[in-house]
Amino acid sequence: MDRPQRVVIVGGGQAGGATAALLRAYGFDGAIVLIGEEPGLPYERPPLSKAWLKGQADADSLLLKPAGFYEEQGIDLLLQRTAVTIDRVARTVGLDDGRMVGYDRLVLATGSRARRIDVHGHDLDNVLYLRDQADAERLKAVLSTGGRIVICGGGYIGLEVAAAARDLGVEVTVIEQQQRLLARVASEPLAAFFLRHHLDHGVDFRLNAQITTFVQEDHKVVGVALATGELLPCDAVVIGIGAVPQDGLAIAAGLECDDGVIVDGSACTSDPCIFAIGDVSRRPVVLYDCSFRFESVPNLIEQAKQVAAAFTGRPAPRPETPWFWSDQYDTKLQIAGMVCRGGALVIRGDEAQNRFAVFHLKGNRLMAVEAVNSPAEFMAGKKIIADCRHVCVDKLGDLDVPMRDMII
Amino acid sequence: MDPSRSASRGVGPLAKVTYVEFDGTEHVVDVPVGTSVMKGAIRNNVPGIDADCGGHCSCATCHVHVVAPWRDKVGEATGAEQALLQFADGVDGGSRLSCQILITHDLDGLVVTMPEVQG
Ligand SMILES: Cc1cc2nc3c(=O)[nH]c(=O)nc-3n(C[C@H](O)[C@H](O)[C@H](O)COP(=O)(O)OP(=O)(O)OC[C@H]3O[C@@H](n4cnc5c(N)ncnc54)[C@H](O)[C@@H]3O)c2cc1C
Ligand code: FES
Repeated sequence: MDRPQRVVIVGGGQAGGATAALLRAYGFDGAIVLIGEEPGLPYERPPLSKAWLKGQADADSLLLKPAGFYEEQGIDLLLQRTAVTIDRVARTVGLDDGRMVGYDRLVLATGSRARRIDVHGHDLDNVLYLRDQADAERLKAVLSTGGRIVICGGGYIGLEVAAAARDLGVEVTVIEQQQRLLARVASEPLAAFFLRHHLDHGVDFRLNAQITTFVQEDHKVVGVALATGELLPCDAVVIGIGAVPQDGLAIAAGLECDDGVIVDGSACTSDPCIFAIGDVSRRPVVLYDCSFRFESVPNLIEQAKQVAAAFTGRPAPRPETPWFWSDQYDTKLQIAGMVCRGGALVIRGDEAQNRFAVFHLKGNRLMAVEAVNSPAEFMAGKKIIADCRHVCVDKLGDLDVPMRDMII
Repeated sequence: MDPSRSASRGVGPLAKVTYVEFDGTEHVVDVPVGTSVMKGAIRNNVPGIDADCGGHCSCATCHVHVVAPWRDKVGEATGAEQALLQFADGVDGGSRLSCQILITHDLDGLVVTMPEVQG
Protein backbone atom coordinates (compact mmCIF):
# COMPACT_ATOMS: atom_id res chain seq x y z
CA MET A 1 0.00 0.00 0.00
CA ASP A 2 1.09 3.64 -0.54
CA ARG A 3 3.06 5.35 2.16
CA PRO A 4 0.62 7.49 4.14
CA GLN A 5 0.92 11.27 4.10
CA ARG A 6 -1.60 12.14 6.75
CA VAL A 7 -1.92 10.20 9.97
CA VAL A 8 -4.69 10.95 12.45
CA ILE A 9 -4.46 9.49 15.96
CA VAL A 10 -7.54 9.37 18.18
CA GLY A 11 -6.67 9.26 21.88
CA GLY A 12 -4.02 11.34 23.58
CA GLY A 13 -2.95 8.76 26.16
CA GLN A 14 0.41 7.03 26.27
CA ALA A 15 -0.37 4.92 23.18
CA GLY A 16 -1.40 7.91 21.08
CA GLY A 17 1.53 10.00 22.26
CA ALA A 18 4.04 7.19 21.72
CA THR A 19 2.78 6.60 18.18
CA ALA A 20 3.16 10.26 17.21
CA ALA A 21 6.66 10.43 18.69
CA LEU A 22 7.83 7.15 17.15
CA LEU A 23 6.56 8.13 13.71
CA ARG A 24 8.80 11.18 13.82
CA ALA A 25 11.69 9.20 15.31
CA TYR A 26 11.35 6.76 12.40
CA GLY A 27 11.52 9.64 9.92
CA PHE A 28 7.84 10.04 8.99
CA ASP A 29 7.53 13.53 7.53
CA GLY A 30 3.84 13.68 6.65
CA ALA A 31 1.14 15.35 8.76
CA ILE A 32 0.32 13.97 12.22
CA VAL A 33 -2.85 15.02 14.04
CA LEU A 34 -3.39 13.84 17.62
CA ILE A 35 -6.92 14.16 18.99
CA GLY A 36 -7.35 13.78 22.75
CA GLU A 37 -10.23 14.22 25.12
CA GLU A 38 -8.23 14.97 28.25
CA PRO A 39 -7.16 18.55 28.98
CA GLY A 40 -3.40 17.94 29.11
CA LEU A 41 -0.56 16.51 27.06
CA PRO A 42 -0.06 12.73 26.85
CA TYR A 43 1.21 11.34 30.16
CA GLU A 44 2.07 8.07 31.91
CA ARG A 45 -0.59 6.53 34.11
CA PRO A 46 1.40 3.93 36.12
CA PRO A 47 2.72 6.45 38.67
CA LEU A 48 -0.86 7.56 39.45
CA SER A 49 -1.41 4.61 41.77
CA LYS A 50 2.16 4.71 43.11
CA ALA A 51 4.42 7.78 43.43
CA TRP A 52 1.63 10.27 42.70
CA LEU A 53 -0.53 9.34 45.69
CA LYS A 54 2.45 9.74 47.99
CA GLY A 55 3.29 13.16 46.56
CA GLN A 56 6.48 11.85 44.92
CA ALA A 57 5.55 12.78 41.34
CA ASP A 58 4.23 15.96 39.78
CA ALA A 59 2.31 16.58 36.56
CA ASP A 60 5.48 17.53 34.70
CA SER A 61 7.30 14.32 35.61
CA LEU A 62 4.40 12.27 34.20
CA LEU A 63 4.55 13.91 30.78
CA LEU A 64 5.59 11.65 27.95
CA LYS A 65 7.28 14.56 26.18
CA PRO A 66 7.89 18.17 27.21
CA ALA A 67 5.39 20.84 26.19
CA GLY A 68 7.51 22.25 23.34
CA PHE A 69 7.98 18.86 21.75
CA TYR A 70 4.79 18.65 19.72
CA GLU A 71 5.22 21.99 18.03
CA GLU A 72 8.88 21.35 17.33
CA GLN A 73 8.05 18.00 15.79
CA GLY A 74 5.14 19.32 13.76
CA ILE A 75 2.51 17.26 15.59
CA ASP A 76 -0.91 18.96 15.58
CA LEU A 77 -2.57 18.56 18.95
CA LEU A 78 -6.34 18.85 19.18
CA LEU A 79 -6.83 18.52 22.95
CA GLN A 80 -10.11 18.54 24.84
CA ARG A 81 -11.72 17.33 21.65
CA THR A 82 -13.59 14.07 21.29
CA ALA A 83 -13.78 12.09 18.07
CA VAL A 84 -17.44 11.13 17.65
CA THR A 85 -17.67 9.54 14.19
CA ILE A 86 -15.53 7.81 11.59
CA ASP A 87 -16.51 7.94 7.92
CA ARG A 88 -14.51 5.08 6.40
CA VAL A 89 -15.49 5.92 2.83
CA ALA A 90 -14.61 9.62 2.95
CA ARG A 91 -11.76 8.80 5.39
CA THR A 92 -12.68 11.49 7.86
CA VAL A 93 -13.04 11.68 11.62
CA GLY A 94 -15.81 13.91 12.98
CA LEU A 95 -15.14 15.83 16.17
CA ASP A 96 -17.52 17.01 18.88
CA ASP A 97 -17.18 20.60 17.66
CA GLY A 98 -18.38 19.62 14.20
CA ARG A 99 -14.96 19.68 12.59
CA MET A 100 -14.00 16.97 10.09
CA VAL A 101 -10.42 15.73 9.98
CA GLY A 102 -9.28 13.76 6.94
CA TYR A 103 -6.82 10.85 7.14
CA ASP A 104 -4.88 8.39 4.98
CA ARG A 105 -4.28 6.28 8.07
CA LEU A 106 -6.22 6.42 11.30
CA VAL A 107 -4.85 5.09 14.60
CA LEU A 108 -7.38 4.37 17.34
CA ALA A 109 -5.71 4.71 20.73
CA THR A 110 -8.83 5.38 22.78
CA GLY A 111 -7.75 3.15 25.66
CA SER A 112 -10.01 1.86 28.38
CA ARG A 113 -12.02 3.32 31.21
CA ALA A 114 -12.60 2.16 34.76
CA ARG A 115 -15.40 -0.37 35.06
CA ARG A 116 -18.25 1.18 37.08
CA ILE A 117 -19.63 -0.63 40.09
CA ASP A 118 -23.27 -1.55 40.14
CA VAL A 119 -24.12 -1.01 43.78
CA HIS A 120 -26.73 1.29 45.28
CA GLY A 121 -25.02 4.57 46.13
CA HIS A 122 -22.36 4.23 43.43
CA ASP A 123 -22.82 7.84 42.28
CA LEU A 124 -22.02 9.46 45.62
CA ASP A 125 -19.26 12.06 45.82
CA ASN A 126 -16.75 10.00 47.75
CA VAL A 127 -16.94 6.89 45.60
CA LEU A 128 -13.67 7.23 43.73
CA TYR A 129 -12.12 5.61 40.68
CA LEU A 130 -8.54 5.79 39.49
CA ARG A 131 -7.96 6.17 35.78
CA ASP A 132 -6.73 9.68 35.03
CA GLN A 133 -4.84 12.51 36.62
CA ALA A 134 -8.01 14.20 37.88
CA ASP A 135 -9.07 10.97 39.62
CA ALA A 136 -5.61 10.61 41.13
CA GLU A 137 -5.64 14.15 42.44
CA ARG A 138 -9.01 13.58 44.10
CA LEU A 139 -7.81 10.34 45.68
CA LYS A 140 -4.59 11.94 46.87
CA ALA A 141 -6.60 14.67 48.60
CA VAL A 142 -8.73 12.06 50.37
CA LEU A 143 -5.69 10.06 51.50
CA SER A 144 -3.98 13.17 52.81
CA THR A 145 -6.76 13.66 55.37
CA GLY A 146 -6.10 10.24 56.91
CA GLY A 147 -9.09 8.28 58.12
CA ARG A 148 -10.38 5.02 56.69
CA ILE A 149 -11.01 3.85 53.16
CA VAL A 150 -12.63 0.77 51.73
CA ILE A 151 -11.21 -0.50 48.45
CA CYS A 152 -13.48 -2.59 46.24
CA GLY A 153 -11.38 -4.98 44.19
CA GLY A 154 -8.22 -6.91 45.01
CA GLY A 155 -6.51 -6.43 41.65
CA TYR A 156 -3.32 -4.49 40.95
CA ILE A 157 -4.85 -1.03 41.16
CA GLY A 158 -6.69 -1.83 44.39
CA LEU A 159 -3.56 -3.29 45.99
CA GLU A 160 -1.30 -0.44 44.85
CA VAL A 161 -3.74 2.07 46.30
CA ALA A 162 -3.86 0.02 49.51
CA ALA A 163 -0.05 0.14 49.75
CA ALA A 164 0.12 3.89 49.13
CA ALA A 165 -2.68 4.50 51.63
CA ARG A 166 -0.96 2.45 54.33
CA ASP A 167 2.31 4.28 53.70
CA LEU A 168 0.33 7.47 54.39
CA GLY A 169 -1.16 6.05 57.57
CA VAL A 170 -4.68 5.59 56.24
CA GLU A 171 -6.70 2.60 57.48
CA VAL A 172 -7.60 0.25 54.64
CA THR A 173 -10.02 -2.60 54.10
CA VAL A 174 -9.95 -4.39 50.74
CA ILE A 175 -13.10 -6.19 49.62
CA GLU A 176 -12.73 -8.91 47.01
CA GLN A 177 -15.55 -10.95 45.48
CA GLN A 178 -13.30 -13.88 44.65
CA GLN A 179 -11.77 -16.31 47.13
CA ARG A 180 -8.35 -14.79 46.59
CA LEU A 181 -6.55 -11.67 45.41
CA LEU A 182 -5.39 -11.05 41.82
CA ALA A 183 -7.68 -13.89 40.77
CA ARG A 184 -7.65 -13.11 37.05
CA VAL A 185 -3.98 -12.27 36.67
CA ALA A 186 -1.68 -14.05 39.10
CA SER A 187 -0.87 -17.50 40.43
CA GLU A 188 -2.06 -18.82 43.77
CA PRO A 189 1.36 -18.55 45.49
CA LEU A 190 1.82 -14.97 44.33
CA ALA A 191 -1.67 -13.99 45.47
CA ALA A 192 -1.04 -15.65 48.84
CA PHE A 193 2.22 -13.73 49.17
CA PHE A 194 0.56 -10.38 48.52
CA LEU A 195 -2.23 -11.18 50.96
CA ARG A 196 0.33 -11.84 53.70
CA HIS A 197 2.41 -8.85 52.70
CA HIS A 198 -0.55 -6.50 52.95
CA LEU A 199 -1.74 -8.08 56.20
CA ASP A 200 1.76 -7.43 57.60
CA HIS A 201 1.31 -3.79 56.66
CA GLY A 202 -2.01 -3.60 58.47
CA VAL A 203 -4.49 -3.94 55.61
CA ASP A 204 -7.74 -5.67 56.49
CA PHE A 205 -9.36 -8.02 53.95
CA ARG A 206 -12.81 -9.40 53.23
CA LEU A 207 -12.42 -12.11 50.61
CA ASN A 208 -15.30 -13.91 48.98
CA ALA A 209 -17.40 -10.92 49.94
CA GLN A 210 -20.47 -9.39 48.33
CA ILE A 211 -21.26 -5.71 48.71
CA THR A 212 -24.95 -5.05 49.15
CA THR A 213 -25.02 -1.29 49.46
CA PHE A 214 -23.08 1.90 50.08
CA VAL A 215 -24.60 3.39 53.19
CA GLN A 216 -25.03 7.12 52.79
CA GLU A 217 -25.39 10.26 54.82
CA ASP A 218 -25.50 13.76 53.25
CA HIS A 219 -24.60 12.49 49.76
CA LYS A 220 -21.55 10.71 51.06
CA VAL A 221 -20.77 7.09 51.67
CA VAL A 222 -20.20 6.46 55.35
CA GLY A 223 -20.04 2.70 55.21
CA VAL A 224 -20.07 -0.37 53.02
CA ALA A 225 -22.60 -3.09 53.84
CA LEU A 226 -21.74 -6.70 53.01
CA ALA A 227 -24.04 -9.63 52.34
CA THR A 228 -22.94 -11.15 55.64
CA GLY A 229 -24.59 -8.21 57.38
CA GLU A 230 -21.29 -6.63 58.33
CA LEU A 231 -20.98 -2.86 57.98
CA LEU A 232 -17.55 -1.39 57.27
CA PRO A 233 -17.49 2.29 58.22
CA CYS A 234 -15.33 4.50 55.99
CA ASP A 235 -14.55 8.03 54.83
CA ALA A 236 -14.32 7.11 51.16
CA VAL A 237 -14.62 4.14 48.82
CA VAL A 238 -12.16 3.40 46.02
CA ILE A 239 -13.28 1.17 43.16
CA GLY A 240 -10.72 -0.94 41.29
CA ILE A 241 -12.69 -3.63 39.51
CA GLY A 242 -11.06 -3.60 36.11
CA ALA A 243 -11.32 -1.61 32.92
CA VAL A 244 -13.44 -1.77 29.78
CA PRO A 245 -12.18 -0.90 26.29
CA GLN A 246 -13.42 2.33 24.72
CA ASP A 247 -14.29 0.70 21.43
CA GLY A 248 -17.66 2.41 20.82
CA LEU A 249 -16.29 4.56 18.00
CA ALA A 250 -14.86 1.49 16.27
CA ILE A 251 -18.06 -0.54 16.72
CA ALA A 252 -20.13 2.30 15.29
CA ALA A 253 -17.78 2.42 12.29
CA GLY A 254 -18.36 -1.29 11.67
CA LEU A 255 -14.84 -2.45 12.54
CA GLU A 256 -14.50 -5.99 13.85
CA CYS A 257 -14.56 -5.87 17.64
CA ASP A 258 -14.81 -8.39 20.45
CA ASP A 259 -14.17 -6.79 23.84
CA GLY A 260 -11.69 -4.51 22.06
CA VAL A 261 -10.88 -3.70 18.45
CA ILE A 262 -9.50 -6.78 16.72
CA VAL A 263 -6.12 -6.16 15.09
CA ASP A 264 -3.39 -8.19 13.41
CA GLY A 265 0.32 -8.35 14.18
CA SER A 266 0.92 -4.93 12.68
CA ALA A 267 -1.99 -3.44 14.69
CA CYS A 268 -4.18 -3.18 11.57
CA THR A 269 -7.96 -3.51 12.06
CA SER A 270 -10.44 -5.06 9.64
CA ASP A 271 -10.11 -1.80 7.63
CA PRO A 272 -6.63 -1.61 6.04
CA CYS A 273 -6.48 2.16 6.63
CA ILE A 274 -7.38 1.96 10.32
CA PHE A 275 -5.08 0.72 13.07
CA ALA A 276 -5.75 0.27 16.79
CA ILE A 277 -3.26 -0.02 19.63
CA GLY A 278 -3.01 -0.05 23.40
CA ASP A 279 -5.76 -0.91 25.89
CA VAL A 280 -8.50 -0.65 23.25
CA SER A 281 -7.07 -3.37 21.01
CA ARG A 282 -7.33 -7.15 21.04
CA ARG A 283 -4.18 -8.40 19.42
CA PRO A 284 -2.54 -11.66 18.45
CA VAL A 285 0.08 -12.94 20.87
CA VAL A 286 2.40 -14.93 18.63
CA LEU A 287 4.33 -16.63 21.41
CA TYR A 288 1.11 -17.97 22.96
CA ASP A 289 -0.87 -18.60 19.79
CA CYS A 290 -3.84 -16.67 21.12
CA SER A 291 -5.32 -13.19 21.09
CA PHE A 292 -5.59 -10.94 24.10
CA ARG A 293 -6.46 -7.42 25.19
CA PHE A 294 -3.58 -6.28 27.37
CA GLU A 295 -3.69 -3.28 29.67
CA SER A 296 -0.02 -2.50 29.99
CA VAL A 297 2.59 0.00 28.93
CA PRO A 298 4.98 -2.54 27.33
CA ASN A 299 2.09 -3.70 25.15
CA LEU A 300 1.28 -0.24 23.86
CA ILE A 301 4.93 0.54 23.17
CA GLU A 302 5.30 -2.68 21.19
CA GLN A 303 2.20 -1.85 19.15
CA ALA A 304 3.24 1.78 18.62
CA LYS A 305 6.45 0.39 17.13
CA GLN A 306 4.44 -1.92 14.86
CA VAL A 307 2.40 1.01 13.57
CA ALA A 308 5.35 3.35 13.12
CA ALA A 309 7.24 0.59 11.27
CA ALA A 310 4.25 -0.17 9.01
CA PHE A 311 3.73 3.51 8.13
CA THR A 312 7.38 4.18 7.34
CA GLY A 313 8.11 0.98 5.44
CA ARG A 314 10.42 -0.44 8.09
CA PRO A 315 10.48 -4.19 8.71
CA ALA A 316 8.00 -5.32 11.36
CA PRO A 317 9.58 -5.52 14.83
CA ARG A 318 10.16 -8.92 16.39
CA PRO A 319 7.36 -10.16 18.72
CA GLU A 320 8.08 -9.36 22.37
CA THR A 321 7.33 -11.31 25.52
CA PRO A 322 4.35 -9.64 27.21
CA TRP A 323 5.32 -8.24 30.59
CA PHE A 324 4.06 -6.08 33.42
CA TRP A 325 5.18 -4.60 36.70
CA SER A 326 3.65 -3.44 39.95
CA ASP A 327 5.14 -1.69 42.98
CA GLN A 328 3.65 -2.19 46.43
CA TYR A 329 5.45 -0.91 49.54
CA ASP A 330 9.10 -1.75 48.96
CA THR A 331 8.22 -4.77 46.84
CA LYS A 332 8.77 -4.81 43.12
CA LEU A 333 6.78 -7.36 41.16
CA GLN A 334 7.68 -8.11 37.57
CA ILE A 335 5.79 -10.61 35.45
CA ALA A 336 6.98 -11.91 32.10
CA GLY A 337 4.80 -14.05 29.86
CA MET A 338 1.15 -14.93 30.22
CA VAL A 339 0.01 -16.61 33.40
CA CYS A 340 -2.27 -19.47 32.35
CA ARG A 341 -3.99 -21.95 34.56
CA GLY A 342 -3.09 -25.61 34.73
CA GLY A 343 0.67 -25.60 34.14
CA ALA A 344 3.25 -26.84 36.63
CA LEU A 345 4.73 -24.31 39.05
CA VAL A 346 8.27 -24.12 40.43
CA ILE A 347 9.18 -21.65 43.15
CA ARG A 348 12.70 -20.30 43.39
CA GLY A 349 13.79 -18.25 46.37
CA ASP A 350 12.20 -17.56 49.72
CA GLU A 351 8.71 -16.15 50.11
CA ALA A 352 9.38 -15.29 53.75
CA GLN A 353 12.30 -13.09 52.63
CA ASN A 354 10.10 -11.24 50.12
CA ARG A 355 12.36 -12.48 47.36
CA PHE A 356 11.21 -15.29 45.13
CA ALA A 357 9.97 -16.17 41.67
CA VAL A 358 7.15 -18.42 40.51
CA PHE A 359 7.91 -20.18 37.22
CA HIS A 360 5.05 -21.49 35.10
CA LEU A 361 5.93 -24.46 32.92
CA LYS A 362 4.44 -26.63 30.22
CA GLY A 363 6.80 -29.58 30.14
CA ASN A 364 10.20 -27.92 30.04
CA ARG A 365 8.92 -24.91 28.16
CA LEU A 366 8.75 -21.74 30.29
CA MET A 367 5.41 -19.97 29.91
CA ALA A 368 5.60 -17.23 32.54
CA VAL A 369 7.57 -16.00 35.53
CA GLU A 370 6.24 -13.91 38.38
CA ALA A 371 9.25 -12.34 40.09
CA VAL A 372 9.11 -10.64 43.48
CA ASN A 373 12.20 -8.53 44.11
CA SER A 374 14.00 -10.91 41.72
CA PRO A 375 15.11 -8.94 38.66
CA ALA A 376 17.49 -11.63 37.37
CA GLU A 377 14.75 -14.28 37.38
CA PHE A 378 12.40 -11.87 35.62
CA MET A 379 14.85 -10.84 32.95
CA ALA A 380 16.11 -14.37 32.30
CA GLY A 381 12.53 -15.59 32.07
CA LYS A 382 11.50 -12.82 29.69
CA LYS A 383 14.35 -13.73 27.40
CA ILE A 384 13.86 -17.49 27.59
CA ILE A 385 10.20 -17.01 26.68
CA ALA A 386 11.00 -14.70 23.75
CA ASP A 387 13.53 -17.18 22.39
CA CYS A 388 11.19 -20.17 23.02
CA ARG A 389 14.05 -21.95 24.81
CA HIS A 390 13.62 -24.90 27.16
CA VAL A 391 14.75 -24.90 30.79
CA CYS A 392 16.11 -27.44 33.27
CA VAL A 393 12.97 -27.81 35.33
CA ASP A 394 14.64 -29.73 38.16
CA LYS A 395 17.29 -27.02 38.71
CA LEU A 396 14.97 -24.02 38.54
CA GLY A 397 14.23 -24.12 42.25
CA ASP A 398 17.90 -24.31 43.22
CA LEU A 399 19.28 -20.88 44.08
CA ASP A 400 22.83 -22.23 43.83
CA VAL A 401 22.38 -22.68 40.10
CA PRO A 402 22.47 -19.27 38.44
CA MET A 403 19.69 -18.39 36.03
CA ARG A 404 22.03 -18.35 33.07
CA ASP A 405 22.60 -22.09 33.53
CA MET A 406 18.90 -22.95 33.32
CA ILE A 407 18.66 -22.76 29.58
CA ILE A 408 18.87 -26.08 27.76
CA MET B 1 11.47 18.34 12.67
CA ASP B 2 15.00 17.26 13.42
CA PRO B 3 14.68 14.68 16.19
CA SER B 4 18.10 15.54 17.54
CA ARG B 5 17.10 19.10 18.32
CA SER B 6 16.83 19.69 22.03
CA ALA B 7 13.31 19.97 23.40
CA SER B 8 14.47 20.58 26.95
CA ARG B 9 15.34 24.20 27.14
CA GLY B 10 15.80 26.77 29.83
CA VAL B 11 15.96 25.45 33.33
CA GLY B 12 19.23 24.87 35.13
CA PRO B 13 22.65 23.78 33.93
CA LEU B 14 22.91 21.41 30.99
CA ALA B 15 25.38 18.76 29.93
CA LYS B 16 25.93 17.60 26.35
CA VAL B 17 25.24 13.95 25.73
CA THR B 18 25.83 12.24 22.40
CA TYR B 19 23.60 9.26 21.64
CA VAL B 20 24.77 7.07 18.79
CA GLU B 21 22.21 4.82 17.17
CA PHE B 22 23.14 1.28 16.18
CA ASP B 23 23.44 2.41 12.54
CA GLY B 24 25.84 5.20 13.54
CA THR B 25 23.42 8.14 13.47
CA GLU B 26 24.45 10.65 16.15
CA HIS B 27 22.14 12.80 18.26
CA VAL B 28 23.71 15.52 20.38
CA VAL B 29 21.36 16.64 23.12
CA ASP B 30 21.54 19.07 26.05
CA VAL B 31 20.39 17.18 29.12
CA PRO B 32 19.64 19.04 32.37
CA VAL B 33 21.97 18.12 35.23
CA GLY B 34 20.10 15.86 37.64
CA THR B 35 18.00 14.07 35.04
CA SER B 36 18.82 10.65 33.67
CA VAL B 37 20.48 9.75 30.39
CA MET B 38 17.27 7.86 29.57
CA LYS B 39 15.04 10.94 30.10
CA GLY B 40 17.41 12.98 27.97
CA ALA B 41 16.82 10.60 25.08
CA ILE B 42 13.07 10.21 25.58
CA ARG B 43 12.38 13.91 25.99
CA ASN B 44 14.29 14.63 22.78
CA ASN B 45 12.82 11.70 20.85
CA VAL B 46 16.15 10.02 20.26
CA PRO B 47 15.26 6.60 18.80
CA GLY B 48 16.76 3.41 20.19
CA ILE B 49 15.75 3.68 23.84
CA ASP B 50 12.29 2.31 24.69
CA ALA B 51 12.16 2.85 28.46
CA ASP B 52 8.99 0.79 28.91
CA CYS B 53 8.91 1.17 32.68
CA GLY B 54 9.52 4.90 32.68
CA GLY B 55 12.79 4.75 34.57
CA HIS B 56 12.07 2.41 37.46
CA CYS B 57 14.86 -0.04 36.79
CA SER B 58 12.30 -2.71 35.93
CA CYS B 59 12.62 -3.38 32.25
CA ALA B 60 16.14 -3.08 30.77
CA THR B 61 14.70 -1.46 27.64
CA CYS B 62 16.91 1.60 28.16
CA HIS B 63 20.19 -0.26 27.68
CA VAL B 64 23.16 1.80 26.40
CA HIS B 65 26.88 1.23 26.02
CA VAL B 66 29.03 3.87 27.66
CA VAL B 67 32.04 4.39 25.37
CA ALA B 68 35.36 3.36 26.91
CA PRO B 69 36.79 6.79 27.92
CA TRP B 70 33.69 7.56 30.01
CA ARG B 71 33.31 4.28 31.86
CA ASP B 72 35.23 5.24 34.99
CA LYS B 73 33.33 8.47 35.44
CA VAL B 74 29.95 6.87 34.86
CA GLY B 75 30.67 3.87 37.07
CA GLU B 76 29.37 0.32 36.94
CA ALA B 77 25.92 -1.15 37.27
CA THR B 78 25.08 -2.62 40.68
CA GLY B 79 22.18 -4.46 42.32
CA ALA B 80 18.96 -4.80 40.34
CA GLU B 81 20.46 -2.97 37.38
CA GLN B 82 23.25 -5.49 37.13
CA ALA B 83 20.80 -8.37 37.51
CA LEU B 84 18.66 -7.07 34.65
CA LEU B 85 21.61 -6.33 32.42
CA GLN B 86 23.04 -9.85 32.64
CA PHE B 87 20.32 -11.01 30.29
CA ALA B 88 19.96 -8.03 27.97
CA ASP B 89 20.98 -8.44 24.33
CA GLY B 90 24.51 -7.48 23.31
CA VAL B 91 25.87 -6.65 26.76
CA ASP B 92 29.50 -5.48 27.03
CA GLY B 93 31.78 -3.94 29.66
CA GLY B 94 30.22 -0.51 29.12
CA SER B 95 26.61 -1.63 29.40
CA ARG B 96 24.36 0.41 31.67
CA LEU B 97 20.65 1.07 32.03
CA SER B 98 20.41 4.69 31.02
CA CYS B 99 17.61 5.45 33.51
CA GLN B 100 20.14 4.72 36.25
CA ILE B 101 22.76 7.21 35.04
CA LEU B 102 22.09 10.66 36.42
CA ILE B 103 23.69 13.54 34.57
CA THR B 104 26.23 15.55 36.54
CA HIS B 105 28.61 18.34 35.45
CA ASP B 106 31.32 15.74 35.20
CA LEU B 107 29.42 13.95 32.48
CA ASP B 108 29.32 16.93 30.09
CA GLY B 109 30.39 15.45 26.74
CA LEU B 110 29.29 11.87 27.54
CA VAL B 111 28.95 9.53 24.58
CA VAL B 112 26.72 6.45 24.66
CA THR B 113 25.87 4.02 21.89
CA MET B 114 22.67 2.07 21.59
CA PRO B 115 22.18 -1.66 21.03
CA GLU B 116 20.41 -3.00 17.95
CA VAL B 117 17.36 -4.03 19.95
CA GLN B 118 16.11 -3.30 23.46
CA GLY B 119 14.81 -5.84 25.94
C1 LIG C 1 -3.64 3.80 38.00
C2 LIG C 1 -3.02 2.96 36.92
C3 LIG C 1 -1.83 2.27 37.15
C4 LIG C 1 -1.24 1.50 36.15
N1 LIG C 1 -0.06 0.86 36.40
C5 LIG C 1 0.56 0.18 35.41
C6 LIG C 1 1.82 -0.44 35.63
O1 LIG C 1 2.40 -0.40 36.71
N2 LIG C 1 2.43 -1.08 34.58
C7 LIG C 1 1.83 -1.15 33.35
O2 LIG C 1 2.41 -1.72 32.43
N3 LIG C 1 0.62 -0.59 33.12
C8 LIG C 1 -0.04 0.06 34.13
N4 LIG C 1 -1.27 0.64 33.90
C9 LIG C 1 -1.91 0.45 32.58
C10 LIG C 1 -1.44 1.47 31.57
O3 LIG C 1 -1.40 2.74 32.13
C11 LIG C 1 -2.36 1.43 30.37
O4 LIG C 1 -2.16 0.19 29.74
C12 LIG C 1 -2.09 2.56 29.41
O5 LIG C 1 -2.39 3.80 29.98
C13 LIG C 1 -2.92 2.38 28.14
O6 LIG C 1 -2.67 3.47 27.28
P1 LIG C 1 -3.67 3.84 26.10
O7 LIG C 1 -3.10 5.07 25.50
O8 LIG C 1 -3.91 2.64 25.29
O9 LIG C 1 -5.05 4.16 26.79
P2 LIG C 1 -5.43 5.28 27.85
O10 LIG C 1 -4.33 5.50 28.78
O11 LIG C 1 -6.75 4.86 28.38
O12 LIG C 1 -5.59 6.58 26.97
C14 LIG C 1 -6.63 6.75 26.04
C15 LIG C 1 -6.88 8.22 25.85
O13 LIG C 1 -7.78 8.41 24.77
C16 LIG C 1 -8.76 9.37 25.13
N5 LIG C 1 -9.95 9.11 24.31
C17 LIG C 1 -10.78 8.04 24.38
N6 LIG C 1 -11.75 8.13 23.45
C18 LIG C 1 -11.53 9.28 22.77
C19 LIG C 1 -12.20 9.93 21.68
N7 LIG C 1 -13.28 9.38 21.11
N8 LIG C 1 -11.71 11.11 21.24
C20 LIG C 1 -10.60 11.66 21.81
N9 LIG C 1 -9.93 11.07 22.82
C21 LIG C 1 -10.39 9.90 23.30
C22 LIG C 1 -8.95 9.15 26.60
O14 LIG C 1 -9.50 10.29 27.22
C23 LIG C 1 -7.52 8.88 27.06
O15 LIG C 1 -6.86 10.07 27.33
C24 LIG C 1 -1.88 1.40 34.89
C25 LIG C 1 -3.10 2.07 34.66
C26 LIG C 1 -3.67 2.85 35.65
C27 LIG C 1 -4.98 3.56 35.39
S1 FES D 1 13.56 2.57 31.78
FE1 FES D 1 13.06 0.61 32.49
S2 FES D 1 14.95 -0.05 33.31
FE2 FES D 1 15.41 1.91 32.56
